This record gives sequence, structure tokens and C-alpha cells, in this order.
Amino acid sequence: MAELSDGLLVVTLLSYLAAMLLHAGEYAFGDRGRIANAATAAAVPAKELVGAGAPVVTPAPHGYAAPTVTAPDDAAPGASRSRAAWLGPAAVGATILGVAAHVITVVSRGIAAERLPFGNMYEFVLSITALGGVIWLGTLYFQRQVRHLGLFVMLFEVLLVGVAGMILYTPVGPLVPALDSYWFGIHIGAVITSSSLFMVAGAASIMYLVRTGWDDGKRGFLYAFGGRLANAEAVERLSFRLHAFAFPIWTFGVTAGAIWAEVAWGRYWGWDPKEVWAFISWVVYAGYLHARATPSIKRSTAAWIAVIGFLTMMMNLFGVNIFFTGLHSYGGV
Amino acid sequence: MSVTEAAVELPPAGEPPRRRTPWVVAAGWAAARNGWRQLTSMRTALMLLFLLAVAAIPGSVLPQRSVKVEDVQRFYAANPNLAPVLDRLWGFEVYASPWFAAIYLLLFTSLVGCITPRLRDHARALRTAPPDAPKVLERLPKSALLATPVDEAAAKAVLRGWRTVRREHADGTITLAAEKGYLKEAGNLLFHSSLLVILVGVGLGSLWGWHAGRLIVAGPEQVFCNTVQQYDDFGLGPRVTAGDLPDFCLELTDFRAEYRADGMPISFAADVTASDSAHGDLGRHTFAVNHPLRLDGANVYLLGHGYAPVLRYTDAAGVTQETVAPFPFTDPTLTSEGVAAFPDANGSDKTKQMAFSGTYLPTKDGPPYLRSDHPEERNPALMLVAYRGDLGLDAGIPSSVYDLDQRQLDAGRLKKYGEAKLMRIGETWTLEDGSKLQFTGTRQWITVSIRHDPGEPIVLTGAILLLVGLPLSLYGKRRRVWLRLRPDGTAEAGGLPRTEYPGFEDEFRSLVERWQR
Repeated sequence: MAELSDGLLVVTLLSYLAAMLLHAGEYAFGDRGRIANAATAAAVPAKELVGAGAPVVTPAPHGYAAPTVTAPDDAAPGASRSRAAWLGPAAVGATILGVAAHVITVVSRGIAAERLPFGNMYEFVLSITALGGVIWLGTLYFQRQVRHLGLFVMLFEVLLVGVAGMILYTPVGPLVPALDSYWFGIHIGAVITSSSLFMVAGAASIMYLVRTGWDDGKRGFLYAFGGRLANAEAVERLSFRLHAFAFPIWTFGVTAGAIWAEVAWGRYWGWDPKEVWAFISWVVYAGYLHARATPSIKRSTAAWIAVIGFLTMMMNLFGVNIFFTGLHSYGGV
Repeated sequence: MSVTEAAVELPPAGEPPRRRTPWVVAAGWAAARNGWRQLTSMRTALMLLFLLAVAAIPGSVLPQRSVKVEDVQRFYAANPNLAPVLDRLWGFEVYASPWFAAIYLLLFTSLVGCITPRLRDHARALRTAPPDAPKVLERLPKSALLATPVDEAAAKAVLRGWRTVRREHADGTITLAAEKGYLKEAGNLLFHSSLLVILVGVGLGSLWGWHAGRLIVAGPEQVFCNTVQQYDDFGLGPRVTAGDLPDFCLELTDFRAEYRADGMPISFAADVTASDSAHGDLGRHTFAVNHPLRLDGANVYLLGHGYAPVLRYTDAAGVTQETVAPFPFTDPTLTSEGVAAFPDANGSDKTKQMAFSGTYLPTKDGPPYLRSDHPEERNPALMLVAYRGDLGLDAGIPSSVYDLDQRQLDAGRLKKYGEAKLMRIGETWTLEDGSKLQFTGTRQWITVSIRHDPGEPIVLTGAILLLVGLPLSLYGKRRRVWLRLRPDGTAEAGGLPRTEYPGFEDEFRSLVERWQR
């Protein structure tokens, strides 16, 4: 089982890498999706609102789809459509393969260790990314029009799974006594679930910012993609819904952690570095939800707060385990 | 922190000014009102939230006294110039610092200022019936003309679960006004109020709570009783005095640890007998990591364990003393280092006190015997160096019982005596002066944390309320629908989502379809 898990990790990583490259190819050569195509076509007669040509897109309050969107400067969209149309579906296919291999990697790891696969940083990161992959595929199933977001999600998957496999790898082993509690599944399960939701939601926020940045005239690194991103509004709404779904689970995870901390260490909150950063993430995401619910605050401002929230999650995952010592340092790194 | 920006309140019109207020008072009042409005605005609340997040960071970077006081001392030693400056800025007590408190207290003030009027408004909304249908329903975000005549009773049945009000007008028109989703605002208010409950619980806990640490060696003469004098370290809340501590005693009778072949621990459990002066013997208890011992008024948590070599020293004059010296471990295989001191050796001559410093290896490795191979006592050995001289115990300066006094060593008042010696259990070492040291065995020791926090139930209640309120607030949808039935048989409907609700269109369409059935 352990060999199966280790072997499939390679398949997972390669599939995600392929999916990411195929998504990137779709950006470079593809038809930008049916809706984006309609949008660029509609943008040519300069006075017409893009939204009018794209029935699924609701008019944007910030005007991301304003007439300033320029016509494509490369070949006409119709010409490239036939040649590169396979790239997007192929990317999704690679994603499905990767997620399937990923889930089996995690499950077989759990069977090999005869416990939940949350016991060390390697398993923790692997579980978050696996669930993140499942959530992404689920999202895609219900909202086909956000497929472009796959590039960003796959980028996170490749980076995190890569780091897990190459740096954090730990052989299968039993739990240390400190983790031997039923709170182990509850606390870490909730943290993993919310983290994976925050990951997909964070990718959506980044994509939205790239698009709004492009609309504001930014053309630097990453923003250059902006012109080729469609459905920014749908992605932003998706981001909010995922965040709103994740936040209570995160709150529950932190609360469960506090209850467990009382049982294990005698205090429910002790400002251990992991707790400090969990608190910081909670505060930042609370700020995001408030900003998002306030009409006078720009959606892009809220999205920036969400990105900061995700950075604090990453800081908690990697920074705290590497730079600080605390009560949450178990098994590896 | 109102979610929708503060609604502008119009001053009551038509009220003539009765008396001129002095301008200073008026200006002061205006400034205070403006300040309050600023403080309770969403933008300020967001800034404070962000500040709170930033202000929490130094507490994870700098060592904190409340987390591990030894780390603060180490930081002081490593950064003698920087540390006092940081200390003056509360850098080692971030979460008890005035600037951290200022941020969260302002945030909570802003929160109270926001939820109080909203509580009042929501209470009013709960008592007030949904308003009558607007004249022109087409102006609403959703509206429909119903194709078929609608039976009123059937229409009402469709609105089951909605708060519905029926109004009959003079011309015979009947309107149904229905509203749903009151729980959204209720959940939102519950969420924010529960934060206050948590704050109160945390405050109570820090005032009336206390905690202490203690190392307990196994054995009846090593009984620990819960008094301040017996703690190794402790912290009492400002409202707690030594007399408030619950009285109980614990004797460690056994400690059991299980390990894998590679030395990774599998489980730990400590057996104790408890007693108190009111009831006498409280019986045997077992507690473990993740399974604390819950006594009346205090909980006892197992934190660590190790070995205490038992050494018997017979000085040249033939006087025998025995000591049980707990050795703190230095690595996961329980390589332990410590000191066994015999201050009463060789009579009252302070320059001939004896101490033995060394390393205990539960499972001896090969020479030079530096590391234990396994945390279990599979092949125990004790590597000791003898010291003779003034141990410096009478200087009145607190010193560690696990180390020799470095000042005495540096001053040459305490000197190494003879060569180092590797001892097995039961062996006797005869020193140069004819005195003897016997290594009779080891005992287990545990470190425990003893704690009491009366705020815990309140904090837990707050956390549960928060977890109830949060999903209601995030997933609730407040919306109104109206149905107007005219005497001529025509009917029209309108709908208004009062919060962001992408699914309202579908819900409204489904209502209209069911009305037309």
C-alpha cells in the first residue's frame, strides 16, 4: 500500500503538471472559451457593451467588461478555435486523472498507516491538495464557464504536491501519543477541509485580480494574462461562495483545536505560533467577508484581502513549521 | 460593524431650537458624535481587524513569557542590547500589551456600537408585519403577471414557512405580503454577540484562573501537595491568592510508557493516588496525554517524563545519605543529564561538599557513552563525574537543581574530583578518599501542569453560539414577495431580495408557477 501511494504520487504530480501546461496552452493558443470569444467579438464595435454579447455574464458593477477591452492582436479567434479547441478539455482530462491518482495516493497512505492520513506535514499537505482537487472538479462540474481558473488551481496543486513529495516526504509511521485522540480527526479534518476550500477560493480571487488589474491598464507580469480571462464576475462570485463555505469550517476547526488543546495541554488558547497564525487567518478572512458584504468597498479590495488570507494560511503551513518551534511540531519539518 | 453602510438618519424636522447650547458644548458633542460614527463605520472596523492581525504577528516571532519563559531568557542572552528595548515595548508579552488591548477593545467598542442599533432594529422588524405591496410591482427586481386566476387559500398554502400578512383593501383587492429569512440577521447578531461572550470568558479566566507546573518523582516520600511552596513554577490570576488553591495531594505510583522498536513513543500513562484533607484517600487514578486528571477545582495534565537515578553516598566518615535526582532528558531517546548533590557530606565542612554530575543512558550505546539508543531502560548506565568543594547552595542565589553552580566552578571553589566513571545499576564506586557511591536504581518522574480556568465554560458557550450564528448569517437569505389578487380575477406578483441572493430568480419563478397551478 505504501509503495502504491508513493508511486501514484508521481502520477499525480505529472498529471497536474500536464493539466497546468494544457491550461497555459489554452491561454496562449485557445479560443478563450465560447464566452470569451463572444466577448472579444462584441468588443470590436467599440460602443457595444461586452455583456450584451455574452448572455451568461451578468453586467459587472465595476465594469470589468467595459468597451476598453481591446480586440485580439493575433489571428482572428475563429481561425485558432479549430486547432486548439482540444486544449481545454484535455486539461480537464489531465486534472481528472491527477485527482483520481491523488485521492488513491492519500487513501492508500491511510490504509498503509492504519489511520487517517493527517499525521505529519507530508500527509497534511497531500490531503489538503487532494481535497482541493476534488473541490475544483466539483466546481467545474456545476460551473463549466470557470474552466480558465484551472490554470491557477493547477499551479497551486503542482507547487504544493511538488513541495510535499520532494521536501516533506515522510515514510509511513504511527501517530505520536500527543496526536492519539479522537479530536485528531475532527480538528485536523476540519482544518484540511477549510484549507482546501480556501485554496480554490484563493486561486479564484487571484484570477479575478488579474482580470481587474488588466482592466485598470496593468500589463505587467501575470496581468498580461488578464485580457484572456473571461467570466471574472462568475469567478468572483465563486470565490465568495467558497470563502463563505470555508470560513465556518475553519472557525469550527480552530474551536475544535481549542477544545483539544484544553484536553491535551490544559489551556484552550496559549498563543502557540500555530494558534497565532490561525487567529491571524481567521481575522483576515473575517475582514474579507465583511469587506465583500459592504457595497461601498470595491470587489477587488475584498479580493486582495482574500489573497492576504491565503498567504497567512501558507505562512501557517510552512513558515510556522520551519521558522518557529511550538507545540504543533509533529513528525517531519 | 454594520454590514450595510450606516443609513443616514434624518434629524427630527420641525423642532424649533429652544435654547442655544454654548458653542463649546455643541462642538464637543458634534466631535464626539462624529468620532463615534467614524469608530462604528465598516471602514474603521476593517482597519482595526487588519491592525489586530498585524499586531498578533510579533507574538509568533518573538519568544513570549506566557508561552515559554526560558526562550525569553535565551533571547535576552543572545541580544543583550535589543531585548530591553523590545521588553519595554511589551515585545515579550504581546497579547497582554496595552497596544494589543487598545486594538481589540476599540474593535469591540466598534462592534457594540454597530450591533446595538441593529439588535433594536431587528427586534422591531420581528414585531412588524411585512409592509403592504407597492403600487407598481413591476418596479421590483422580480415581478410577474399571473396568467390564471389564483385561489387565495391555495396561494397562502404555497407561502407556508413564510411570514405572511393578508390585507384587504376597500376596492376588494387582497394582497399577501410575505417575508422570509429573518434568521440571517438573527444569526449575524448572534455571531457578533458571541464574540463579546468569549471576551468576557477570557477576561474571567485571566482574573480568576491559575496554573502551575511541577515535576513529581515516583515514591511515597515524593508526594506532591497542591500548595504554592511545592510548585516549580506558577502563575496566579490577579484575583487568586495562595489560600484559594484547592487542597489535594498526588503520589506517583507508576508510570508506563510504550515504545516502538525504533524508539518512537506509542503511549504514556501515569498512575497516581490522590488524597485531600476533607475526604482523605481519593483513590487511584490513571491519566495520560490527552486524558487529563480532572479533580475538584483543578485539572492535572501529563506533559513529560524521565528517569531519576537513586544514588547512595557514604562519605569517608561512614555517614550515608541517599538522593533521588531527577535528570531532565536532552533527546527523544531520553539521554538525560543532571546532578546529584550531597551538601551534607563530610560533616559541616563546606569546602568538602560532594556532587555528581553526569549523563544517564536508559539504553547504553558504545563508547564514549554519550547517547541513549532507546528511551526504555534496556541496558541502563550512568556516566558520572565527581565534584568536591562548596556547592554554593547557601549563597541565597536561586540556582538550578539540574546543573552545578557555574560561578563556583569558575571561581575554583568547586573542583572535579577524580576521573569519570560509568556505572551499572547496583555498582559501587569507591572514590580516592575512600568514600563510596552506590547507584541503586532509578525511579520514574513526570512533569505535570496543574490548571484551573473558570472562564472556560463561558468561552465554550460563546464559541458554540458563534458557530450557530455564523452559518445562519452567511447562508441566510432575506427576501420579500407580494401577491395582489384583484376582484376582476387578475393577479400579479413581485419579489425583492433584501440580501445578495443569486438564486432568488429561481425561487420567485417557482413560487409563481405554483401560484398558477
